[in-house]
Amino acid sequence: MWIGFVLLLLVLVIAATMWSLLAGEMKIQLSQLPSILKNKTGMEYAILSNIRIPRLLLAFSIGGALSITGAILQGIYRNPLVEPYTLGISGGAALGVALVIVLGLNLKLGEFMLPVAGFAGAFVTIFLVYFLGMKRGEININRMLLIGVMISFVASSGMMFLMSITSADNLHSIIFWTMGSLEEPNSSLIKTMLIASVAGLFIAFLFAQPLNALRLGEAKATHLGINAAATIRVLFVVASLLAGLCVAVGGIIGFVGLIIPHLMRSIIGSDYRILLISSFLGGSLFLIVSDVLARTIIAPNELPIGVITGIVGGLVFILVLSRSKLKTI
Amino acid sequence: MMDKNYLKVENLICGYRGFQLDSLNFGIQRGDFAGIIGPNGSGKTTLLKAISGEIKIGKGHISLSDKNLSHLSIREKAKSIAVVTQHTEAVPISVEDYVLMGRMPYRSDFQFFETKEDIEIARKYMELTDVYRFKDKLMNQLSGGERQLAGIARALTQEPQLLLLDEPTSQLDITHQVQVLNLVQDLNTQMGLTVLMIIHDLNLASEYCDYLLMMNEGKLWKKGTPVEVLNYKTIEEVYNTVVFTQENPLSKKPAVFLVSNKILIQNKQNNSK
Repeated sequence: MWIGFVLLLLVLVIAATMWSLLAGEMKIQLSQLPSILKNKTGMEYAILSNIRIPRLLLAFSIGGALSITGAILQGIYRNPLVEPYTLGISGGAALGVALVIVLGLNLKLGEFMLPVAGFAGAFVTIFLVYFLGMKRGEININRMLLIGVMISFVASSGMMFLMSITSADNLHSIIFWTMGSLEEPNSSLIKTMLIASVAGLFIAFLFAQPLNALRLGEAKATHLGINAAATIRVLFVVASLLAGLCVAVGGIIGFVGLIIPHLMRSIIGSDYRILLISSFLGGSLFLIVSDVLARTIIAPNELPIGVITGIVGGLVFILVLSRSKLKTI
Repeated sequence: MMDKNYLKVENLICGYRGFQLDSLNFGIQRGDFAGIIGPNGSGKTTLLKAISGEIKIGKGHISLSDKNLSHLSIREKAKSIAVVTQHTEAVPISVEDYVLMGRMPYRSDFQFFETKEDIEIARKYMELTDVYRFKDKLMNQLSGGERQLAGIARALTQEPQLLLLDEPTSQLDITHQVQVLNLVQDLNTQMGLTVLMIIHDLNLASEYCDYLLMMNEGKLWKKGTPVEVLNYKTIEEVYNTVVFTQENPLSKKPAVFLVSNKILIQNKQNNSK
């Protein structure tokens, strides 16, 4: 059954990929696509190579990466409401970016400073959550979660402070960044994101069995021969770095890390050997579709992708929750 | 008396801030059905956690079949020792998948799916524990007794040398208590599995265990056969409760009877008259 489900997701990702390449202000026919890509000339090719393909690759990799980080963190914390941003990663990244914008470093040193600052902010948060979350040399997951939530509050207050003292232009830049965007001119960053997301899936899959054992709790996982503490350490660092990279490249794209793993779990169960792959494909599919909607709903203008993921994600989440409630009744 | 050195605990000190086991020394023979008894907070679970590797040993040694457990990897330990706890998890995982988790210690890091052999071993123990008939049900759809049986099936699927049980029957009615304990007894007598079980009910401990370790205040207060350990003096001293004991006419093991305050007062009044 699960092989069929994964194949279905794969087919849907391919279909969404096609839709993403063809839809937009300038529509391209499916029959034209091979010749455009072969000839490598003309307006259509420019649109595909400069706008749609880079966005598609980012949507695929960020969607997949955010979704598996959500699945991993929910597994580690045994809490289906944990997502990459609960741990303050987005808050830290946003604060880093806001600081760079307010200090004008992006204008002085170049726009690459924004993702660098985002990643640095996320990294500092991860560092704080990890080390402050330790108690007598051992990881305490509840403590980590609380510290993450607190750092998130501190970061958002710091950001509001920066926003309150900066110019209107800077304010606009900060707000625009926090809404998330898949527009990334730097092809190296896109490649890095793509490689990191696939590598993240591979590493996470190596830990599928320990994650399965952790569903029973740390003590029970230890009884089953799993080094629970080491598993949690490695997976926390992998998931956090991946989430930090996503935020640095795409800004704050909410809900993907929360709802996609949740949705997949409700369909195919909690076996991580299947959940990780399904979550990756589901996250990619969700973000590719959201990106097409963001580009086309009010074309030629564009909606921030965070708005689409928030609205669509929120509604789907409520629907799933209400349906599952009905089932239990 | 045979040497009790299959599971050997020597000068064991470990625990938490504010509570430590006080230099425990004891041994258990291969094939024993041993019980740990004692009041709440006496260190029973701490001892079990030290043996299973859940908490670190401060001082002393624990060895199983002459192998120092501290020198074994977590995985190797899971192949030798399986644990059944008071609460088997009510998780949304099918019984079969849950029982198959017992094969985890035998899988390499790059073996992601169970082998045919794993499935056969899990099936064998599901049949033995009578949970195979609801193997497709989710664990959270089972009754407490059925879940405990599935927990035992999972532990057996680990094919351990030593089975540790932490109050496996405390949440169950007497039908399921007896069902679970009869099963553990069968595993002990028929398969030769060595069993170490924490149990609160002194009568069940007396009936099912061949050997008892009575804990109190982090110390091993008394050890021996039920007849040696379960006398009214020791029980009153450790539990601070008035009891009397009598031999069970069928099993020839001691049965413990509680005496309530009301009866004690009545008894005193009758004596004074």
